[in-house]
Amino acid sequence: MTEQTLIRIRVSEADFDLQEEQQALLELTAEAGAVVSFTGYVREFSSGAPLETMLLEHYPGMTESALEMIAQEASQRWSLKAVNIIHRIGRLGPKARIVLVQVVSRHRGDAFSACEFVMDYLKTRAPFWKKEFPLEGQPYWVEAKETDEAALARWF
Amino acid sequence: MRTLNLLYFARLRESFGREKETVVLPAQYATVGDLVTYLASRGGEWENELGSDKVFRVAVNQVLATADTPLPDQGEIAIFPPVTGG
Repeated sequence: MTEQTLIRIRVSEADFDLQEEQQALLELTAEAGAVVSFTGYVREFSSGAPLETMLLEHYPGMTESALEMIAQEASQRWSLKAVNIIHRIGRLGPKARIVLVQVVSRHRGDAFSACEFVMDYLKTRAPFWKKEFPLEGQPYWVEAKETDEAALARWF
Repeated sequence: MRTLNLLYFARLRESFGREKETVVLPAQYATVGDLVTYLASRGGEWENELGSDKVFRVAVNQVLATADTPLPDQGEIAIFPPVTGG
């Protein structure tokens, strides 16, 4: 698509506010008719066991460029006004927000599709790793799921 | 000779007991696949993680690579498990 898409990427320990983020995007874009937001949270149970905390490790530098590339790819496939991706790192407790993807477009179809595409891409290509610390027992690294690869493959 | 700056993340960082190292390899080690073979030949956890059927990913200068990707001199080569963010 030929239109310019506003792309915002943030990787940080800090929490985010959905409403603030959405307002900021709308103020920076013209003729926005639709905003689709996805928020990912830390589940309080992992494999049935209560979770104490989760640690999110990442690859500084590559993370930001991978997210930028994913947003660019989405903006070439759909007609988008803006893409905002925030991913938290460090220690996160149960029910904490992990990731936010917001997509602004003129019509809802583009925003719905692009938001799901960005998440599918992010889950399999952005260099983040989760380590879970259960209330009891040893911490462990979360294993990648084949269903995530399958979710991405749908788009190609 | 090629000088490579290696980075390890997540489970592999813990298995290898280091987050980074610099290696100097003879010129015949030309691709990512060659580097992986070299590292696996260290034995122990290196062979276990990189020389078996375990799945891992490699990035060359912060871009995902394949076994055929050439190794650039002074390149940043990261080796890590499949990603689990989001």
